[in-house]
Amino acid sequence: MITLTHYLVLAGLLFAIGLVGVMKRTNLLMLFFSTEILLNAVNIGFVAVSKYYGDLSGQLFAFFIIAVAASEVAVGLGLLILWYKRNGTVDLNSLQIMKG
Amino acid sequence: MEKYLYIALFAPLASSLFVALFAARPKMLFTGIVASLLIGVSMIASFILLIDVNNYGPLHVTMMDWISAGNLSIPFGFVVDEVSVIMMVTVTLVSTIVHIYSIGYMDHDKSFNRFFSYLSAFVFSMMILVMSDNFVGLFIGWEGVGLCSWLLIGFWYHKHSASWAANEAFIMNRIADLGMLMGLFLIYWQLGSFQYDVVFANVKHLDPAIITTIGIFLFIGAMGKSAQFPLHTWLADAMEGPTPVSALIHAATMVTAGVYLVIRCGELYTLIPHVGFAIASLGAFVALFAASMALVNNDLKRIIAYSTLSQLGYMFVAAGLGAYWIALFHLMTHAFFKSLLFLGAGNVMHAMHDELNIKKMGGLYGSMKATAILMSIASVALAGIYPFAGFFSKDKILEVAFNEGAYFLWFALFIGAGLTAFYSFRLVMLVFFGEKEYKKQGLHPHEAQNFVIYALVPLGLLAIVAGFFEHAFHGFVTKLLRNYEIHIDHGVEAILIAATLGIAISGIAFAIYMYKRGGFPKSLEERACYKILSNQYFIPYAYERFIMKPFTALSHFFWVSIDTKIIDATVDLIARVFYKSGEKARKMQSGNLSDMLRWMVMGIVVLLIFAILYRPTV
Repeated sequence: MITLTHYLVLAGLLFAIGLVGVMKRTNLLMLFFSTEILLNAVNIGFVAVSKYYGDLSGQLFAFFIIAVAASEVAVGLGLLILWYKRNGTVDLNSLQIMKG
Repeated sequence: MEKYLYIALFAPLASSLFVALFAARPKMLFTGIVASLLIGVSMIASFILLIDVNNYGPLHVTMMDWISAGNLSIPFGFVVDEVSVIMMVTVTLVSTIVHIYSIGYMDHDKSFNRFFSYLSAFVFSMMILVMSDNFVGLFIGWEGVGLCSWLLIGFWYHKHSASWAANEAFIMNRIADLGMLMGLFLIYWQLGSFQYDVVFANVKHLDPAIITTIGIFLFIGAMGKSAQFPLHTWLADAMEGPTPVSALIHAATMVTAGVYLVIRCGELYTLIPHVGFAIASLGAFVALFAASMALVNNDLKRIIAYSTLSQLGYMFVAAGLGAYWIALFHLMTHAFFKSLLFLGAGNVMHAMHDELNIKKMGGLYGSMKATAILMSIASVALAGIYPFAGFFSKDKILEVAFNEGAYFLWFALFIGAGLTAFYSFRLVMLVFFGEKEYKKQGLHPHEAQNFVIYALVPLGLLAIVAGFFEHAFHGFVTKLLRNYEIHIDHGVEAILIAATLGIAISGIAFAIYMYKRGGFPKSLEERACYKILSNQYFIPYAYERFIMKPFTALSHFFWVSIDTKIIDATVDLIARVFYKSGEKARKMQSGNLSDMLRWMVMGIVVLLIFAILYRPTV
């Protein structure tokens, strides 16, 4: 029997994987993947809790997140391509013009 | 009638403000003339008010509201009654003469205009002091004259001694003013008003202990202004100021403000005769104490300053024993002859090129006849010889002391009268007669300008005739002040008058006899008693040794140990913590996105931990 706990553990694991990816990866593309993992981990949590309480607003919110994530990736990838055309790399360490 | 009140009050202010426009400019003769004219206008208005008050009674006006908050209501109210109009006439009369005199005296001073501005500002403050119908207005005037006194003592501020003396006078007066403020707070706290009429109508319902406290506090204020022991040292040092200032402020008007306060609060002091007796005792002590210091001093102005101190003591004896009209009478006559004495001394100083040591003068009668005659008149009046002004007022004070059964006070004043006569004539003899010591310094003294002498003549006349107004004065001021009648047998009274006159005349005769023969032997100056007197009982030394030095040391300790080591260090430490932590923390801003994300994750983790630790308990 798969209970709420399993879903939440899965969401937590995915979130941790995403978090490690965000911290460790230096390739910008991989960073995007990691953020997607983070978002979807949250989505799983939302949907599971929504089902558990019988409240649709959680699932509704998941849809919103998917929509926002899609548009974010669209904008992000566009910027990424532009950066690649300019610098010939998508490495994070090349993005240091804001150094304080 | 109201019109004259405002003219009398605001003409000096107009004078001060007008002259102040030219304060920074070089000497302009018209500033002195305009100031003298405006003060003269104020004097004429005061005389008209004197006649009006005599005919129609007191005048009380409220110009406008000043402070009005909650239950506290203090108007700009002015009262011209029998007491204040006498003060106004005295103040403006002496001020006018001093202003005219100063045109001659300050002739060569480069700050001529500034001097007149200050002098007129002083007259305005003094008018506020005497005309106010409430204690707060009196206090404003009180502080105003203190400020002007500070400005004028330190008029030659480039001289260290002058600025020191100015500060000394100011600080001593602040100490006393604290007492006065306490008295005012107590009055308001107990009676809920500062208006004289309300306060004096209700003060008798208070607890005697409270009245005593109020009386003592107010008298502390009076002690500072009138330079009574132990706050007397500033008056002699205040002689650093220009001589017209000494004549106006430190002889005739400001220093008598303390006496005025006691007279004004007569209703209060009659309820507490024991405090009154303490005031009288202090007054008698100061009368004798200051006279003894005047005996041996060689500084022309300081002798007169000690004499002022001594005469203030006489006034406080009369005021303390409840003879308010006699105190006021002596205040008035003293203002005339003492300012005359000072202004004469100013002429002598000018002639001697600011030499003040009377031992270096002598024989000035030949070159300064008019000044010599005027100063002799003033000295005779001061010594209290019939028919000069001082005789009437001073003799009355002695009679009051005798009448009250305070024979000890009477005796002190009696001795004081002898000393007064002696030192006055010691001064006259050493300055105007005897050997011409000034020739050794190659000086050629000359008489002051004619208009200066003419300006002094009215004071000379008043010093002679003011005493004859005694009955008119008595009838006039006792409409307001509590009457005081002396009940002594005519025979005893005649003996007293004869005794007082006798000691005064013998004091004069002794001075003339001794200084005709070349003065006292030098060996006297080696005696211990002479040293004590010439060092002013070592009181200035004691103040320096036991108050100023420890206070300076304490201040230094607080500065070095507490301020720099604790307070400064704490403030610096706080600044340094932020500075250093900022220095360390700026390394976080590497500009690397990975680092930022790591910091962000760390922040989230920390917040999560807090959220879990401090979650609301359900």
